[in-house]
Amino acid sequence: MKSGSNLERILEGGQFAVTAEAGPPKGSSPKVIQRKGELLKLCCDALNVTDNQTAIVRMSSLSGCVLLKELGVEPVLQMVVRDRNRLALQGDILGAAALGIRNVLCLSGDHQRFGNHPAAKGVYDIDSIQFIQMVKTMRDEHRFLNGEEISGDVPFFIGAAANPFADPFEFRVTRLAKKVNAGADFIQTQGIFDVPKFVEWMKMVRDRGLHEKTHILAGLIPIKSVGMARYMRNNVSGLSVPQEIVDRMADAKDAKEEGVKICLETIEQLKEVEGIHGIHIMAVAWEDIVPRIVEEAGLMPRPVV
Amino acid sequence: MITLEQKKFEEIEKMTKGYSRLLVLGCETCSAMSFAGGQRQVEELASAIRMAQKTSGQEGEVLEDAIARQCEPEFVDLIRDKLAGCDAVLSLACGAGVQLLSERFPDKVILPGCNTTFLGVTEELGVWSERCAGCGNCILDKTAGLCPIARCSKQLLNGPCGGSMNGKCEISKDVDCVWQLIIDRLARLNRLEMLEEIFPVKDWSPAGHGGPRKMVREDLKS
Repeated sequence: MKSGSNLERILEGGQFAVTAEAGPPKGSSPKVIQRKGELLKLCCDALNVTDNQTAIVRMSSLSGCVLLKELGVEPVLQMVVRDRNRLALQGDILGAAALGIRNVLCLSGDHQRFGNHPAAKGVYDIDSIQFIQMVKTMRDEHRFLNGEEISGDVPFFIGAAANPFADPFEFRVTRLAKKVNAGADFIQTQGIFDVPKFVEWMKMVRDRGLHEKTHILAGLIPIKSVGMARYMRNNVSGLSVPQEIVDRMADAKDAKEEGVKICLETIEQLKEVEGIHGIHIMAVAWEDIVPRIVEEAGLMPRPVV
Repeated sequence: MITLEQKKFEEIEKMTKGYSRLLVLGCETCSAMSFAGGQRQVEELASAIRMAQKTSGQEGEVLEDAIARQCEPEFVDLIRDKLAGCDAVLSLACGAGVQLLSERFPDKVILPGCNTTFLGVTEELGVWSERCAGCGNCILDKTAGLCPIARCSKQLLNGPCGGSMNGKCEISKDVDCVWQLIIDRLARLNRLEMLEEIFPVKDWSPAGHGGPRKMVREDLKS
C-alpha cells in the first residue's frame, strides 16, 4: 500500500469506488464542511475538499480535510498550483501527511481571472504534472524537489484530473499518459454528459494500457435546472453538454427529477465501460442529492475494507 | 520589440501639474514603433498638455524633444543642456528609459508618460501581442518555437490544461491556446513525440526571481 487510505484499499481491492465533492465555505464556520461530511459519509469512500475552487477564496482545503477527518470521513486534499509555489506545496504536503491526510489531488486550478480576486498574481511555479511527480518523489524516495532528504513518511495516494472534453482531443490521452507516468495513482475526470465522446476517449486510454496503470473515476455533475445545463454548455470551458441534455431538462415537468434520471442513466452507461473503476460526483450546491444518486445507482452500502 | 502604450491623458495631466518648465521627451526606438512616444506623439502630447494648462489657468512652458534611445547613456547625455532649464521631464520611453534618466539626472523630477506593456510583435498596424517573457533561459527549441512561458495563461510546461477549447484559452475567446498552436506545429513537423516526455520544473532564477538581473560581458568592457 502506498498510503493505506480507504480509497486506495477499495480501488486496489478491485471494488467500484464512489467519491464526491465537499466544497468549503466562504467563511470560518466549521459547520458547513461538517454538515456535508455527515450527509455524505455513508455513501462515499472519500470526499474531495476543493481548493479555492473557480479561484474564489474559501476556507483552505487542508482545514476542510481535517474537519472531515475528525468526523471519521476520509478526505481527498485538492491542491492547485495557482496559489502556491514549490516551497508552499511541499510544506503543505508534509503538514497534510502529519495530520493524517492520505489522498491528494494535484491540479493546475482555474485561472485567477475567473474568481473573486481577478487582480491576483498567479503563481504557477510548477505545473500539475510536475506536482504529481514531486509528490511521488516525496513519497517513494523521501526527497524534496531539490533532492534533499525528508525525514518521515509521506504516504499519499496521488490523484490527478483528466478532461476528455477539452481540446485537442487526440492529445488528451497523451496528457493522461504523462500524468500516469508522473505518478498518478487515480484519476478523477471532468463531469461527463457526452458519453459517446467519453467512450471514444476511454478506448484510446485502453489502447495505451493506461487503465491498468491508474484507477479512473468518471466524473458526474448532477444538473438541477435547464438554466444550469445551459450555463455549463455556454460558459464552462472544457465541459461538453450535448443539446439533447439541455432539451431534456427544458422539456421536463420536474427538472430536478430529470437531472437525477440523467445522472443515473450516465452512471449505468459508465459502469459498462472497461477501465472505469469508480465515479466522482461533483454536486456543486446540491450535495443533498448525492446519497439518493448513490443509492439508486445500486452502489450502497459502501464496502468496508 | 518592447511595446508601450501612452498613459491616459487624465493621469498624465495629474502627474505633470504644477511644473513650470516641463520637457516631454520621446524615444525613437521601441516607443516610436509602438506609436506611443516617438517625435510625433511628443508633439501631440505636448500640445495637449499646453492646452490643458491654459484651460486651467496654469502658467508654464512645455518643451519637446526626442532622442534615439533613452536606455543608452550616450544618447541620454545629449539632452543634458536642454534639461538644465527644466524642473521635470515626462519621459515617453519604457521603464528602463525612465530609470536611466532618473539615474543620470539625480536632481530632476522624472515622470513616466507610458506603460511598458510587453516584449512582442506587431501583428498588424495597431495590433501588438506578447511573445517573450524575458525569462532568461530560452526553451523554444523544445516547444516548436512558440513560448508557453509568455503565452500560456498558466505558464504550463506540460500543457494544455483542461480549459483549452476550439484553439482558445479558457480565460478569453480572444486569446489563442499556445499549447494548441504548439501541438499543431509539432504535428506539421512530425515531431509530436517530443511532448511525450515530462518537461522538468523550471529554474525561475534567471527570470527575475533570483533578484534583479545584470549582464556583464568582460570582453566588451573597457
